[in-house]
Amino acid sequence: MSYPKIPSSEITPEHLYRSRRRFMKGAGFVAMTALLAACGVPGLSGKEASESALPGAGATPGAVPPTPLAGLTDELGDPANSWDEITHYNNFYEFTTKKTKVAQMAEGYPTEPWKVEVGGLVEHPRTFDIDDLRKFGEEERIYRLRCVEAWSMVIPWVGFPLSRLLKEVKPLSKAKYVRFQTIYDPERMPGQRNKVYQWPYIEGLRMDEAMHDLTLLATGLYGKPLPMQSGAPVRLVVPWKYGFKSIKSIVKIDLVEEMPISLWMAAAPNEYGFYANVNPEVNHPRWSQRTERRIGERKRRETLMFNGYAEQVASLYAGMDLRKHF
Amino acid sequence: MASRIPNRITIFRVLVHLAALAPLAVLLWDMWEGNLSVNPIQDITFRTGKAAMVLLTFSLAATPVVIVFGFKGARQVRRALGLYAFLYAALHFLTYAWLDYGWDLYLIRLEITEKLYVLVGFAAFLILIPLAVTSTKGWQRRLKKGWIRLHKLVYAAGVLVMLHYIWVQKADIRQPLAWTLFLALLLIVRLPPVRRWFTRRRTRKAVSRRSSRPATKLETSN
Repeated sequence: MSYPKIPSSEITPEHLYRSRRRFMKGAGFVAMTALLAACGVPGLSGKEASESALPGAGATPGAVPPTPLAGLTDELGDPANSWDEITHYNNFYEFTTKKTKVAQMAEGYPTEPWKVEVGGLVEHPRTFDIDDLRKFGEEERIYRLRCVEAWSMVIPWVGFPLSRLLKEVKPLSKAKYVRFQTIYDPERMPGQRNKVYQWPYIEGLRMDEAMHDLTLLATGLYGKPLPMQSGAPVRLVVPWKYGFKSIKSIVKIDLVEEMPISLWMAAAPNEYGFYANVNPEVNHPRWSQRTERRIGERKRRETLMFNGYAEQVASLYAGMDLRKHF
Repeated sequence: MASRIPNRITIFRVLVHLAALAPLAVLLWDMWEGNLSVNPIQDITFRTGKAAMVLLTFSLAATPVVIVFGFKGARQVRRALGLYAFLYAALHFLTYAWLDYGWDLYLIRLEITEKLYVLVGFAAFLILIPLAVTSTKGWQRRLKKGWIRLHKLVYAAGVLVMLHYIWVQKADIRQPLAWTLFLALLLIVRLPPVRRWFTRRRTRKAVSRRSSRPATKLETSN
């Protein structure tokens, strides 16, 4: 396997990451003890807590963060989240609905050999293995990922534009949509035994969305192969849509005429639409989408239209009522 | 009482207090150890909310437990359970308003009007405030009959909490539905005809147990 070499200077230094986490932990603890003290619960305002809340407390002496996480930022200048953050807070219901448990449950999942069957309305249907896919190129793309649950991360993916693969198989003119399917393996994926959802996971894109240069098939993260919890060995990344559109561990890609029904559309049709574009103006029927928490940050941020990619993608939806096509 | 050996009810009460404080202890421990997720505020929100919901339901289970099983100890932990529920509800609310939204009232107002579940949860919390304040014996005396009427509001809080709990789910609402069903059963047991049926059934059983036992053993076994 070959991966593009990312200079080690670009990867979040471990000690910075550690001290940041220690700060978060300390800050959280102090806030909580303050809450408790305010409620009249005695004996919980220990001095240890206030000491550890100092940023960098307990860090290696002299390791004062210079310019934290320099180099690895998205185009808006926001730093990438750490490998640990990205790979230990995952929505992958095939394993479990507990985001912090996915990594552990996905560990050791066999991703070799792996086949991705590409077919449907194409001239040259073909099955690719992962090495075939890597031949489409491997570039780093630092994208924001905005979850419908109102948290977000900045993630340095490695992958190639989906359009390259589609051009290879030559979609027929009848093809209007692309339908993606995750592996179905209830033996090893206990979440798929949950009958509330219709497995396997299905997602879809309109042809022009699929052909857009931002739309990525990712095979790596931080210059390393994707870990299973992040959707190994190959997943979709559509940065201007809510995270659930970015389907993981793909085994099948079909070009189709009809709009595919995704798992979430089937589960709650009036709550999850086909488009699922990040849009602070259009709320989920029960939750607001106006703000989000960037993982690692204390304050909430305002959510950006199309997750900050409006300039590149807004034209795809010109004239569409985004409230109706949510 | 001659001896200071704790009786069953005292042990039960101690266990209830420990169990009610356990979620808080585990939360603080996990915060200290850094075991929370990378989205710690959400973690704290979920945990305090869950604890509040469970304890409120258990406080509403106290009377039904007395009705169905005749276990008087349950009544003695009812107020404590209610107050613990309020403690967790207060932490839950403060986590949301303070840690999560930093008292940004503009944003909070927007969210409250846009997200129905926040409004419902907030309403439940508002109901619990006067109930917690008037939970003392003094207030019970001062309010006389009004106290009971006021404290009946806890049923409304329970229903609102379940609605809040159902509405925050993405799609799989089996767990909140199970709790809602449990709450519904607890409310049904309180209906006068149901309550009378259980009471009659218990007295009948007790009577038949006593009469079937040899008279001499009756004194020593209790």
